[in-house]
Amino acid sequence: MSLLSARDLVYTYSQGMPTEHIAVDHLDFDIEQGDFVGVIGHTGSGKSTLVQMLNGLLKPTAGTIKLDGVDIWAKPKEIRKIRFRVGLVFQYPEYQLFEETVAKDIAFGPSNMGLDAEEIENRVYNAAKFVGLKHELLEKSPFDLSGGEKRRAAIAGVIAMDPDILILDEPCAGLDPVGRDILLSQIYHYHKERGNTVILVSHSMEDVATVCDRVMVMNHSKLTMFDTAQNIFSRGEELGKMSLRVPQITSIVDSLIEEGIPLEKGVLTVDKAVLEITEFLKKEGRL
Amino acid sequence: MRDVTLGQYFPCDSVLHRLDPRLKIVSLIGFIVLTFCTFNYFSLAVVVATVIAAVLLSRVPVKMYLKSLKVIIIIVIITSLLNLFYGQGEPIFEWWIFKVTWAGIHNAIFVCLRIVCLILFSSVLTFTTSPNDLTDALERLMKPLTIFHIKVHEIAMMMTIALRFVPTLLEETDKIMAAQKARGADMESGSLVSRVKALIPVLVPLFVSSFRRAYELAVAMECRCYQGGKGRTRMKQLKLKKRDYISIAICLLAIAGVVLCNIFLPQIH
Repeated sequence: MSLLSARDLVYTYSQGMPTEHIAVDHLDFDIEQGDFVGVIGHTGSGKSTLVQMLNGLLKPTAGTIKLDGVDIWAKPKEIRKIRFRVGLVFQYPEYQLFEETVAKDIAFGPSNMGLDAEEIENRVYNAAKFVGLKHELLEKSPFDLSGGEKRRAAIAGVIAMDPDILILDEPCAGLDPVGRDILLSQIYHYHKERGNTVILVSHSMEDVATVCDRVMVMNHSKLTMFDTAQNIFSRGEELGKMSLRVPQITSIVDSLIEEGIPLEKGVLTVDKAVLEITEFLKKEGRL
Repeated sequence: MRDVTLGQYFPCDSVLHRLDPRLKIVSLIGFIVLTFCTFNYFSLAVVVATVIAAVLLSRVPVKMYLKSLKVIIIIVIITSLLNLFYGQGEPIFEWWIFKVTWAGIHNAIFVCLRIVCLILFSSVLTFTTSPNDLTDALERLMKPLTIFHIKVHEIAMMMTIALRFVPTLLEETDKIMAAQKARGADMESGSLVSRVKALIPVLVPLFVSSFRRAYELAVAMECRCYQGGKGRTRMKQLKLKKRDYISIAICLLAIAGVVLCNIFLPQIH
């Protein structure tokens, strides 16, 4: 049994109104325990609506979502429990900070869960460590932090709930390149260390290619592909038609293949490409 | 959050949507006065017929009008009942302190229909006129007040900005609420005190972002050399067209109808 499965999932905005519009159209998929899934798609393809359904913020118009085989809307009154198990970090989460201190803000989720003070403190400390938030910042006001630090604090607020599935909607948007890389690697280590399932929604093909095992491609409210990252990114032409592209390094390797150099298709990282190319050159005796 | 019907524009294509907004505001005021100048059932019938015609002409689904009436249904019931039981004259039915008279019944019917007509007329205006057109028209109508050194343009600009940001702030509120709910905030249950407390995580970020937006807007306006109303020209010039003159004629006809009914037909009491 998969950890999270969606069957025939539909979401329609303002149903019955002239502005009615289907944001998610009959989706079926399964996500296994320990997966690192990337969700890509053009703007308005329904990614954000999808992730908000997965943690019970939006109720599907039709279809079911099952967590551990149980329909998450079976007991609507206990939907909060689902939200603790499926943690969702929104786009630009720094705008949700509100407490007097960073520590209190991170503790908001855990204290809503009704944990005891000691456990909360523990979780705040650990969550802050995971996102690389310095200890002395915890007692500051969240409004005095820099943009990047605010982002980390907000993400820590969700990690502190220790969800089985962590969903991040564009966590790196608006960060500088170094900030992106650091945050991404911290999320990756969180996933590796805890073995938790992570779903990453992103516009950056590079980010998705570096960290995700499997990738969902959304196009016009539909799930058009769901496969391993390597398989997805070897279909560059199809992605191009959906206003998406493959990571730069992948397209470089693709053009080398077109030039007749026998490399493997769907190379996702620079390291891998370097390895492949040097191997090829060695074989040719040019290195 | 999104179900605020009173004062919400409903975009569709009808004659009423295309009428000059200034005209719509003036005739709304006229009709409101007219509604309270109905002294017998005939003139009331004229007003009710006008309202029904306006509602049908607006092409806005009747469901939307019923929704805006739902808000005031309690007020209508209470005032009607009060009028019903406190009429003057010969009682036709009496029980304890309640006394129903013919005058009471008439009063109740009048009050009820007047309030309903009032709401429907205003709804026709707000459903068929976009907020921007409304403030634009108000600015033009208030123009004569500039001789009293009232800053009409600035007032209108403030209204436009306020209206412009209502949907933005609603959207922002939705977003922040969703984000806090994702962290387990419970806003739907509990006592009144705990519910008010549960609003803090929404209000604080909302205030912070409103100030941020206000600052950004001020900078953006200064970048475009905004200096207030003096010497500003407009892109959309309001001009009365043929349909506007026709509607003026119809409004005058309705007014004349009410006045004539009041004068020549019998009073109710």
